[in-house]
Amino acid sequence: MKSVRTIIAALLLIAVASPLSASEIPQAERRTGFSFMAPETQTMQNDDTANPGMLWVLDGEALWQSKAGTAGKACADCHGEVGGSMKGVAARYPAFDKELGRPVDLEQRINLCRARHQQATPLAYESRDLLALTAFVARQSRGTAIESGGDPQLKPFIARGRDLFMQRQGQLNLGCTHCHDDNWDKRLAGSAITQGHPTGYPLYRLEWQSLGSLQRRLRSCISGIRAQTYDYGAPELVELELYLMSRARGMPVETPAVRP
Amino acid sequence: MPSALINVPKRAKRGEIIEIKTLMSHIMETGYRHLASGEVVPRDIITSFTCRYNGAEIFRADLFPAIAANPFITFFTTATESGKFEFEWIGDSGFSETASASISVE
Repeated sequence: MKSVRTIIAALLLIAVASPLSASEIPQAERRTGFSFMAPETQTMQNDDTANPGMLWVLDGEALWQSKAGTAGKACADCHGEVGGSMKGVAARYPAFDKELGRPVDLEQRINLCRARHQQATPLAYESRDLLALTAFVARQSRGTAIESGGDPQLKPFIARGRDLFMQRQGQLNLGCTHCHDDNWDKRLAGSAITQGHPTGYPLYRLEWQSLGSLQRRLRSCISGIRAQTYDYGAPELVELELYLMSRARGMPVETPAVRP
Repeated sequence: MPSALINVPKRAKRGEIIEIKTLMSHIMETGYRHLASGEVVPRDIITSFTCRYNGAEIFRADLFPAIAANPFITFFTTATESGKFEFEWIGDSGFSETASASISVE
Protein backbone atom coordinates (compact mmCIF):
# COMPACT_ATOMS: atom_id res chain seq x y z
CA MET A 1 0.00 0.00 0.00
CA LYS A 2 2.82 2.36 0.89
CA SER A 3 4.54 1.76 -2.45
CA VAL A 4 1.29 2.43 -4.33
CA ARG A 5 1.03 5.76 -2.51
CA THR A 6 4.61 6.56 -3.44
CA ILE A 7 3.89 5.86 -7.11
CA ILE A 8 0.78 8.03 -7.05
CA ALA A 9 2.70 10.79 -5.31
CA ALA A 10 5.42 10.56 -7.94
CA LEU A 11 2.89 10.68 -10.76
CA LEU A 12 1.14 13.67 -9.21
CA LEU A 13 4.48 15.38 -8.80
CA ILE A 14 5.16 14.88 -12.52
CA ALA A 15 1.69 16.19 -13.35
CA VAL A 16 2.18 19.27 -11.18
CA ALA A 17 5.76 19.88 -12.25
CA SER A 18 4.85 20.19 -15.93
CA PRO A 19 1.60 22.08 -16.24
CA LEU A 20 2.21 23.34 -19.79
CA SER A 21 3.66 20.16 -21.34
CA ALA A 22 2.90 18.94 -24.87
CA SER A 23 6.38 19.57 -26.22
CA GLU A 24 7.10 16.97 -28.87
CA ILE A 25 10.47 15.21 -28.94
CA PRO A 26 12.82 16.64 -31.60
CA GLN A 27 13.77 14.13 -34.35
CA ALA A 28 17.40 14.01 -33.30
CA GLU A 29 16.54 13.13 -29.69
CA ARG A 30 14.26 10.20 -30.45
CA ARG A 31 15.37 6.96 -28.81
CA THR A 32 14.01 3.45 -29.04
CA GLY A 33 13.06 1.64 -25.84
CA PHE A 34 16.01 -0.65 -26.60
CA SER A 35 18.47 2.08 -25.63
CA PHE A 36 16.95 2.37 -22.15
CA MET A 37 17.50 -1.33 -21.35
CA ALA A 38 20.23 -3.06 -19.39
CA PRO A 39 23.00 -4.60 -21.55
CA GLU A 40 21.82 -8.13 -20.55
CA THR A 41 18.34 -7.49 -21.93
CA GLN A 42 19.78 -5.95 -25.09
CA THR A 43 21.90 -9.07 -25.63
CA MET A 44 18.80 -11.21 -25.17
CA GLN A 45 16.98 -9.30 -27.92
CA ASN A 46 19.91 -9.36 -30.33
CA ASP A 47 20.60 -13.10 -30.08
CA ASP A 48 17.92 -14.95 -32.05
CA THR A 49 18.58 -18.13 -30.08
CA ALA A 50 18.12 -16.36 -26.73
CA ASN A 51 15.21 -14.10 -27.69
CA PRO A 52 12.02 -15.84 -26.49
CA GLY A 53 10.02 -13.87 -29.06
CA MET A 54 11.55 -16.13 -31.69
CA LEU A 55 9.49 -19.03 -30.29
CA TRP A 56 6.35 -17.23 -31.51
CA VAL A 57 8.03 -16.44 -34.83
CA LEU A 58 8.69 -20.18 -35.28
CA ASP A 59 5.04 -20.97 -34.51
CA GLY A 60 3.97 -18.24 -36.92
CA GLU A 61 6.05 -19.77 -39.67
CA ALA A 62 4.20 -23.07 -39.24
CA LEU A 63 0.82 -21.29 -39.19
CA TRP A 64 1.71 -19.37 -42.36
CA GLN A 65 2.00 -22.70 -44.18
CA SER A 66 -1.04 -24.40 -42.66
CA LYS A 67 -4.46 -24.32 -44.30
CA ALA A 68 -7.31 -22.66 -42.40
CA GLY A 69 -11.04 -22.04 -42.86
CA THR A 70 -13.57 -23.43 -45.29
CA ALA A 71 -11.68 -22.00 -48.28
CA GLY A 72 -8.91 -24.47 -47.43
CA LYS A 73 -6.19 -21.90 -48.10
CA ALA A 74 -3.02 -21.10 -46.20
CA CYS A 75 -1.46 -17.61 -46.04
CA ALA A 76 1.34 -18.98 -48.23
CA ASP A 77 -1.15 -19.99 -50.99
CA CYS A 78 -1.84 -16.32 -51.78
CA HIS A 79 1.22 -14.53 -50.42
CA GLY A 80 3.88 -17.15 -51.19
CA GLU A 81 7.14 -17.05 -49.33
CA VAL A 82 7.04 -14.34 -46.67
CA GLY A 83 10.60 -13.22 -47.29
CA GLY A 84 9.56 -11.42 -50.45
CA SER A 85 5.89 -10.60 -50.04
CA MET A 86 5.85 -9.49 -46.40
CA LYS A 87 9.11 -7.57 -46.26
CA GLY A 88 8.47 -4.02 -45.09
CA VAL A 89 4.73 -4.56 -44.63
CA ALA A 90 4.69 -4.19 -40.84
CA ALA A 91 6.62 -0.91 -41.18
CA ARG A 92 3.58 0.57 -42.97
CA TYR A 93 0.90 -0.46 -40.45
CA PRO A 94 -1.71 0.53 -39.23
CA ALA A 95 -2.91 1.03 -42.81
CA PHE A 96 -6.15 2.29 -44.36
CA ASP A 97 -8.73 -0.35 -45.27
CA LYS A 98 -10.98 0.84 -48.13
CA GLU A 99 -13.93 -1.43 -47.29
CA LEU A 100 -14.05 -0.39 -43.64
CA GLY A 101 -13.09 3.23 -44.34
CA ARG A 102 -10.71 3.30 -41.37
CA PRO A 103 -7.21 2.19 -40.43
CA VAL A 104 -6.56 -1.38 -39.26
CA ASP A 105 -3.52 -2.70 -37.45
CA LEU A 106 -1.57 -5.80 -38.41
CA GLU A 107 -3.58 -8.10 -36.12
CA GLN A 108 -6.84 -6.81 -37.61
CA ARG A 109 -5.45 -7.21 -41.15
CA ILE A 110 -4.62 -10.86 -40.43
CA ASN A 111 -8.15 -11.42 -39.13
CA LEU A 112 -9.67 -9.59 -42.12
CA CYS A 113 -7.62 -11.81 -44.40
CA ARG A 114 -8.94 -14.85 -42.54
CA ALA A 115 -12.53 -13.65 -42.91
CA ARG A 116 -12.35 -12.44 -46.52
CA HIS A 117 -10.01 -14.94 -48.15
CA GLN A 118 -9.80 -18.02 -45.94
CA GLN A 119 -13.41 -18.03 -44.67
CA ALA A 120 -11.97 -18.75 -41.25
CA THR A 121 -13.03 -17.55 -37.81
CA PRO A 122 -11.06 -14.60 -36.43
CA LEU A 123 -8.28 -15.33 -33.97
CA ALA A 124 -8.80 -13.81 -30.52
CA TYR A 125 -6.69 -10.83 -29.49
CA GLU A 126 -3.57 -11.91 -27.56
CA SER A 127 -4.14 -15.56 -28.51
CA ARG A 128 -0.95 -17.45 -29.19
CA ASP A 129 -1.84 -17.98 -32.85
CA LEU A 130 -2.59 -14.33 -33.60
CA LEU A 131 0.56 -13.15 -31.82
CA ALA A 132 2.59 -15.82 -33.63
CA LEU A 133 1.34 -14.85 -37.10
CA THR A 134 1.76 -11.15 -36.37
CA ALA A 135 5.28 -11.67 -35.02
CA PHE A 136 6.20 -13.82 -38.01
CA VAL A 137 4.96 -11.22 -40.50
CA ALA A 138 6.49 -8.28 -38.59
CA ARG A 139 9.80 -10.13 -38.25
CA GLN A 140 10.21 -9.84 -42.03
CA SER A 141 10.43 -6.06 -41.61
CA ARG A 142 13.15 -6.12 -38.97
CA GLY A 143 15.58 -3.31 -39.73
CA THR A 144 13.18 -1.56 -42.12
CA ALA A 145 12.48 2.09 -41.34
CA ILE A 146 8.94 2.73 -40.09
CA GLU A 147 6.89 4.64 -42.65
CA SER A 148 3.37 4.37 -41.20
CA GLY A 149 0.98 7.27 -41.71
CA GLY A 150 2.23 8.35 -45.13
CA ASP A 151 -1.15 7.64 -46.75
CA PRO A 152 -3.08 10.99 -46.97
CA GLN A 153 -6.36 9.17 -46.14
CA LEU A 154 -4.95 8.49 -42.67
CA LYS A 155 -4.52 12.15 -41.75
CA PRO A 156 -7.74 12.64 -39.74
CA PHE A 157 -7.09 9.37 -37.85
CA ILE A 158 -3.55 10.37 -36.93
CA ALA A 159 -4.91 13.69 -35.66
CA ARG A 160 -7.44 11.85 -33.49
CA GLY A 161 -4.71 9.55 -32.16
CA ARG A 162 -2.57 12.57 -31.35
CA ASP A 163 -5.47 14.21 -29.49
CA LEU A 164 -5.88 11.07 -27.41
CA PHE A 165 -2.13 11.06 -26.71
CA MET A 166 -2.28 14.64 -25.46
CA GLN A 167 -5.59 14.27 -23.58
CA ARG A 168 -5.47 14.20 -19.78
CA GLN A 169 -7.62 11.35 -18.48
CA GLY A 170 -8.29 9.03 -15.58
CA GLN A 171 -8.08 9.51 -11.82
CA LEU A 172 -4.44 10.55 -12.09
CA ASN A 173 -5.39 13.10 -14.76
CA LEU A 174 -2.43 12.34 -17.01
CA GLY A 175 -2.04 12.15 -20.77
CA CYS A 176 0.50 9.90 -22.53
CA THR A 177 2.46 13.04 -23.42
CA HIS A 178 3.09 13.97 -19.78
CA CYS A 179 5.32 10.95 -19.33
CA HIS A 180 6.52 10.05 -22.82
CA ASP A 181 7.18 13.51 -24.27
CA ASP A 182 7.98 15.53 -21.15
CA ASN A 183 9.65 13.12 -18.75
CA TRP A 184 11.20 10.33 -20.80
CA ASP A 185 14.65 11.07 -19.37
CA LYS A 186 13.45 10.33 -15.84
CA ARG A 187 12.48 7.20 -13.96
CA LEU A 188 9.22 6.11 -12.39
CA ALA A 189 9.43 3.69 -9.47
CA GLY A 190 12.89 2.62 -10.62
CA SER A 191 11.92 1.96 -14.24
CA ALA A 192 12.90 4.07 -17.23
CA ILE A 193 9.92 6.03 -18.55
CA THR A 194 11.02 5.81 -22.25
CA GLN A 195 9.66 7.77 -25.20
CA GLY A 196 7.00 5.25 -26.13
CA HIS A 197 8.04 4.43 -29.69
CA PRO A 198 6.37 1.14 -30.70
CA THR A 199 9.29 -0.17 -32.73
CA GLY A 200 9.31 -3.82 -31.72
CA TYR A 201 5.72 -5.09 -31.41
CA PRO A 202 4.58 -7.70 -30.86
CA LEU A 203 7.32 -7.93 -28.24
CA TYR A 204 8.37 -10.19 -25.39
CA ARG A 205 8.00 -8.48 -22.02
CA LEU A 206 9.83 -10.15 -19.20
CA GLU A 207 7.10 -8.90 -16.88
CA TRP A 208 4.41 -10.62 -18.96
CA GLN A 209 6.58 -13.72 -19.51
CA SER A 210 4.99 -13.73 -22.91
CA LEU A 211 4.74 -11.99 -26.23
CA GLY A 212 2.16 -9.19 -26.26
CA SER A 213 0.67 -6.69 -28.69
CA LEU A 214 0.89 -2.90 -28.70
CA GLN A 215 -2.78 -2.79 -27.71
CA ARG A 216 -1.99 -4.82 -24.58
CA ARG A 217 0.76 -2.33 -23.72
CA LEU A 218 -1.55 0.65 -24.32
CA ARG A 219 -4.30 -0.88 -22.22
CA SER A 220 -1.97 -1.43 -19.29
CA CYS A 221 -0.66 2.15 -19.57
CA ILE A 222 -4.25 3.43 -19.62
CA SER A 223 -5.25 1.41 -16.58
CA GLY A 224 -2.00 2.62 -14.95
CA ILE A 225 -3.26 6.19 -15.05
CA ARG A 226 -6.57 4.82 -13.74
CA ALA A 227 -8.60 5.65 -16.79
CA GLN A 228 -11.23 3.44 -18.44
CA THR A 229 -9.44 1.14 -20.91
CA TYR A 230 -10.71 0.63 -24.45
CA ASP A 231 -11.61 -2.88 -25.60
CA TYR A 232 -9.18 -4.76 -27.82
CA GLY A 233 -9.71 -3.66 -31.42
CA ALA A 234 -11.39 -0.37 -30.46
CA PRO A 235 -10.90 2.37 -33.12
CA GLU A 236 -9.41 4.64 -30.44
CA LEU A 237 -6.60 2.16 -29.75
CA VAL A 238 -5.89 1.77 -33.48
CA GLU A 239 -5.75 5.57 -33.87
CA LEU A 240 -3.35 5.77 -30.96
CA GLU A 241 -1.22 3.00 -32.50
CA LEU A 242 -1.27 4.90 -35.78
CA TYR A 243 -0.18 8.16 -34.16
CA LEU A 244 2.60 6.40 -32.26
CA MET A 245 3.86 4.66 -35.39
CA SER A 246 3.80 7.90 -37.40
CA ARG A 247 5.63 9.56 -34.49
CA ALA A 248 8.31 6.84 -34.79
CA ARG A 249 8.73 7.27 -38.56
CA GLY A 250 12.23 6.51 -39.76
CA MET A 251 13.13 4.36 -36.75
CA PRO A 252 13.94 0.71 -37.59
CA VAL A 253 11.50 -2.13 -36.78
CA GLU A 254 12.90 -4.45 -34.06
CA THR A 255 10.24 -7.19 -33.96
CA PRO A 256 10.34 -9.37 -31.94
CA ALA A 257 11.82 -7.00 -29.37
CA VAL A 258 12.45 -7.83 -25.71
CA ARG A 259 11.50 -5.36 -22.99
CA PRO A 260 11.80 -5.61 -19.19
CA MET B 1 2.77 -26.82 -30.49
CA PRO B 2 5.86 -26.43 -28.30
CA SER B 3 8.94 -25.23 -30.12
CA ALA B 4 12.57 -25.14 -29.09
CA LEU B 5 15.53 -23.06 -30.19
CA ILE B 6 18.91 -24.76 -30.05
CA ASN B 7 22.27 -23.12 -30.65
CA VAL B 8 25.22 -25.52 -31.04
CA PRO B 9 28.28 -24.60 -33.15
CA LYS B 10 28.24 -26.52 -36.45
CA ARG B 11 31.96 -27.30 -36.22
CA ALA B 12 34.65 -27.07 -33.58
CA LYS B 13 38.29 -28.03 -33.02
CA ARG B 14 38.98 -31.12 -30.91
CA GLY B 15 39.31 -30.12 -27.28
CA GLU B 16 37.65 -26.75 -27.82
CA ILE B 17 35.21 -25.51 -25.17
CA ILE B 18 31.86 -24.77 -26.79
CA GLU B 19 28.74 -23.06 -25.52
CA ILE B 20 25.35 -24.68 -25.97
CA LYS B 21 22.19 -22.59 -25.69
CA THR B 22 18.65 -23.93 -25.48
CA LEU B 23 15.32 -22.13 -25.28
CA MET B 24 12.13 -24.10 -24.71
CA SER B 25 8.61 -22.81 -25.15
CA HIS B 26 6.69 -23.42 -21.90
CA ILE B 27 4.34 -21.40 -19.66
CA MET B 28 5.95 -22.59 -16.36
CA GLU B 29 2.75 -22.14 -14.37
CA THR B 30 3.84 -22.11 -10.72
CA GLY B 31 0.81 -23.74 -9.09
CA TYR B 32 0.65 -20.90 -6.56
CA ARG B 33 -1.64 -18.59 -8.51
CA HIS B 34 -5.38 -18.30 -8.00
CA LEU B 35 -8.11 -17.33 -10.44
CA ALA B 36 -10.50 -14.50 -9.54
CA SER B 37 -12.94 -17.24 -8.51
CA GLY B 38 -10.46 -18.57 -5.96
CA GLU B 39 -9.51 -21.76 -7.76
CA VAL B 40 -5.83 -22.67 -7.80
CA VAL B 41 -4.26 -22.75 -11.27
CA PRO B 42 -2.69 -26.22 -11.32
CA ARG B 43 1.08 -26.43 -11.51
CA ASP B 44 2.42 -26.98 -15.02
CA ILE B 45 6.19 -26.75 -15.24
CA ILE B 46 9.13 -28.47 -16.87
CA THR B 47 10.74 -30.58 -14.16
CA SER B 48 13.83 -31.90 -15.85
CA PHE B 49 16.20 -31.12 -18.72
CA THR B 50 18.91 -33.46 -20.04
CA CYS B 51 21.56 -33.20 -22.72
CA ARG B 52 23.32 -36.27 -24.17
CA TYR B 53 26.43 -36.09 -26.35
CA ASN B 54 26.63 -39.21 -28.52
CA GLY B 55 24.51 -41.07 -25.98
CA ALA B 56 26.41 -40.04 -22.86
CA GLU B 57 24.73 -37.64 -20.46
CA ILE B 58 26.79 -34.45 -20.15
CA PHE B 59 24.32 -32.06 -18.52
CA ARG B 60 21.18 -32.36 -16.42
CA ALA B 61 19.06 -29.78 -14.62
CA ASP B 62 16.02 -29.99 -12.35
CA LEU B 63 13.57 -27.14 -12.75
CA PHE B 64 11.30 -25.63 -10.10
CA PRO B 65 8.26 -23.31 -9.96
CA ALA B 66 10.37 -20.17 -9.46
CA ILE B 67 11.86 -20.50 -12.95
CA ALA B 68 10.42 -18.06 -15.51
CA ALA B 69 8.39 -19.04 -18.56
CA ASN B 70 10.24 -20.26 -21.66
CA PRO B 71 13.33 -21.51 -19.79
CA PHE B 72 16.66 -20.56 -21.36
CA ILE B 73 19.39 -23.03 -20.35
CA THR B 74 22.95 -22.51 -21.44
CA PHE B 75 26.08 -24.48 -20.55
CA PHE B 76 29.56 -25.36 -21.76
CA THR B 77 31.17 -28.63 -22.80
CA THR B 78 34.35 -29.82 -24.49
CA ALA B 79 34.07 -30.86 -28.14
CA THR B 80 35.58 -34.35 -28.17
CA GLU B 81 34.21 -36.02 -31.30
CA SER B 82 31.81 -35.45 -34.18
CA GLY B 83 28.27 -36.50 -33.50
CA LYS B 84 24.96 -35.52 -32.07
CA PHE B 85 23.62 -33.63 -29.07
CA GLU B 86 20.21 -34.81 -27.92
CA PHE B 87 18.08 -32.64 -25.66
CA GLU B 88 15.09 -33.72 -23.62
CA TRP B 89 12.62 -31.72 -21.56
CA ILE B 90 10.21 -33.54 -19.23
CA GLY B 91 7.43 -31.86 -17.27
CA ASP B 92 4.00 -31.96 -15.66
CA SER B 93 0.91 -33.38 -17.39
CA GLY B 94 3.01 -35.70 -19.54
CA PHE B 95 5.05 -32.93 -21.14
CA SER B 96 7.92 -34.47 -23.07
CA GLU B 97 9.86 -32.83 -25.88
CA THR B 98 13.09 -33.65 -27.65
CA ALA B 99 15.42 -31.86 -30.02
CA SER B 100 18.84 -32.59 -31.47
CA ALA B 101 21.78 -30.87 -33.14
CA SER B 102 24.88 -32.16 -34.92
CA ILE B 103 28.48 -31.06 -34.60
CA SER B 104 31.54 -31.93 -36.64
CA VAL B 105 34.82 -31.94 -34.74
CA GLU B 106 38.12 -31.65 -36.62
